[in-house]
Amino acid sequence: MTGFIIRRVLTVIPTLLGVTVVIFLMLAVTPGDPAELLLGERATQESLDAMREYLGLKEPLYVQYGLFLKRVVKFDLGETIWTREKVSTEIKERFPATIELAVAAMLISSFFGIILGLISATRQYSWFDYLSMVGSLVGVSMPVFWLALVLMLVFSLTLGWFPMSGRLGVDTDLTLITNFYLLDSLLTGNWEAFWDALRHLALPAVALSTIPLAIVARMTRSSMLEIFRQDYIKTARAKGLSEFKIVMKHALRNGLIPVITVVGLQFGILMGGAILTETVFAWPGVGKWLFDGVVKRDYMVIQGGTLLVATTFVLVNLLVDVLYAIINPRISVR
Amino acid sequence: MNEIAPAKTRGGHLAARRMGTPCGKVSPDRHPFFDQLEKFLKNKTGVAGLVIIVVFTLVAILAPVITPHDPNENALYDQLKPPVWADGGALKNLLGTDDMGRDLLTRMIYGARVSLTLGVVSVGIAFIVGSFLGAFAGFYKGWPDNLIMRIMDIILAFPHILLAIVIVAYLGPGLRNAMIAIGIINIPRFARIVRASVMEEYEKDYVTAARAVGAGNRRIIFNAIFPNCLAPIIVQASLGFGAAILDAAGLSFLGLGAQPPLSEWGAMIAQGRQLILRAWWVMTFPGIAILLAVLGFNLLGDGLRDALDPRLRD
Repeated sequence: MTGFIIRRVLTVIPTLLGVTVVIFLMLAVTPGDPAELLLGERATQESLDAMREYLGLKEPLYVQYGLFLKRVVKFDLGETIWTREKVSTEIKERFPATIELAVAAMLISSFFGIILGLISATRQYSWFDYLSMVGSLVGVSMPVFWLALVLMLVFSLTLGWFPMSGRLGVDTDLTLITNFYLLDSLLTGNWEAFWDALRHLALPAVALSTIPLAIVARMTRSSMLEIFRQDYIKTARAKGLSEFKIVMKHALRNGLIPVITVVGLQFGILMGGAILTETVFAWPGVGKWLFDGVVKRDYMVIQGGTLLVATTFVLVNLLVDVLYAIINPRISVR
Repeated sequence: MNEIAPAKTRGGHLAARRMGTPCGKVSPDRHPFFDQLEKFLKNKTGVAGLVIIVVFTLVAILAPVITPHDPNENALYDQLKPPVWADGGALKNLLGTDDMGRDLLTRMIYGARVSLTLGVVSVGIAFIVGSFLGAFAGFYKGWPDNLIMRIMDIILAFPHILLAIVIVAYLGPGLRNAMIAIGIINIPRFARIVRASVMEEYEKDYVTAARAVGAGNRRIIFNAIFPNCLAPIIVQASLGFGAAILDAAGLSFLGLGAQPPLSEWGAMIAQGRQLILRAWWVMTFPGIAILLAVLGFNLLGDGLRDALDPRLRD
């Protein structure tokens, strides 16, 4: 197993290098002077010259890439055009919001997905099974940004149960420590802010959880059905164990192994795929920031954001594979 | 497994014709395609998907005939009319109008044209490039395989829509670039499947036989191996179609895909978002159209997978 893990970790290096090459080349092949693209139209001649020097534009392409890589390793991602803030600082401010949202969505989707899949599997071909499977198919076919708007229309504009956008109400005070609002409000014992942050989180998290929920439910169902056909379950039945004990103690433990992988992969997608949901709910995370960068043609933001999201995605996937190898020793034989 | 039930497996249809099918009542001359068709038609959800897609396609083709309005016809006096069943609705605009008085149903029907075209083009790009790369990698193995698959890994290292957004950010917004971007991000799907199928088929006797009678590499790949890899590709194409429509709608919603005044579902939702307080219908109905179309392709894809490639069933 150690061999497998080492091999898997090593495969990440060329992929990540490839990601940096792609991000580097995208700017290089975009028509126009990269220095001008990065600094915006209003840049002065001196700052343009300085930027050209900094990027090494007079050097051949591979030297420029080398310089780019060197900056990336040092986490020097440049400054944004619009706020003149360091890209790395902006990421530090926004990434917690994205993680908070992704974790909340993942908790909702794993919890309900596993329960739905489990009930469906124990009652295969019942009306509940059909309904939840049709429901999950509808779930994966739904445009998330549309669902987000519908939720907003119903639960915030019409019923007024939840706030429409943002992470915290304007009149709520919160001392920031980690930038994870829920965590910060707990740490400071600020229950009012905790409740407010939770209400702000609810709708975006529910919207974002639909697709993973549907996928987890389908996966749990098929995996459990597979397990129910195994001999050891028959043995358990023959021993006269209660159905509850069979499912919870014997089947679930093995049945959830593939589900864990799916949950992990979905989490990786959510960490960067929340662009649409974040935009709809004005959630100040990396996704919305990246999209704003695209709209404003702020190439430093695009570069930095893409790099962050892709790296997170690759690393989460790596972690999932390694975890899978640990909980399922059969993998290392492959 | 191939020798026992040739009619059911991929790569089986040559063998089936030669040996005669052992499937009981089925006549020996029947092409396995009909077995698969029969199997597919028994799958209710798959057929439901097919029906949805056929309806959408017909509606898209017949758009100018079945719509009483022009999709871009502004009507100053008909602004923000609600659907026919709501207070103030009129039969003239069944699903209501938008803020420029344009008929919503008409725009949605024309939107079907955009979405289906977009699906065909972007899945087409992914299919052609992906199949070619996958076949090349699977057939020649060695360093071409390594190189191609590493590039595919890099594309897959970006979350789906992010890469599309970034590509469009550099190419410039617009429907054409959105189609190219969605095509590119879907290339690995096809490349991986075709590569795996080609590698599997490569070992089989009919390939050796083709080589023995002097067929060249190109002939072996395209005339012998490729037709036998079609099942998973068709399934992937159907599922990919749905995904492409969703991604494109997302891009258009963000203003990076179809540009106004073109009626595209995602762009219509973006427009409806501005009117969410005054006119819920402008945003709601295009979303239902997307949902139904994507659901159709997903149902069809699942049905086809069950019929064509039982091994892939979940």
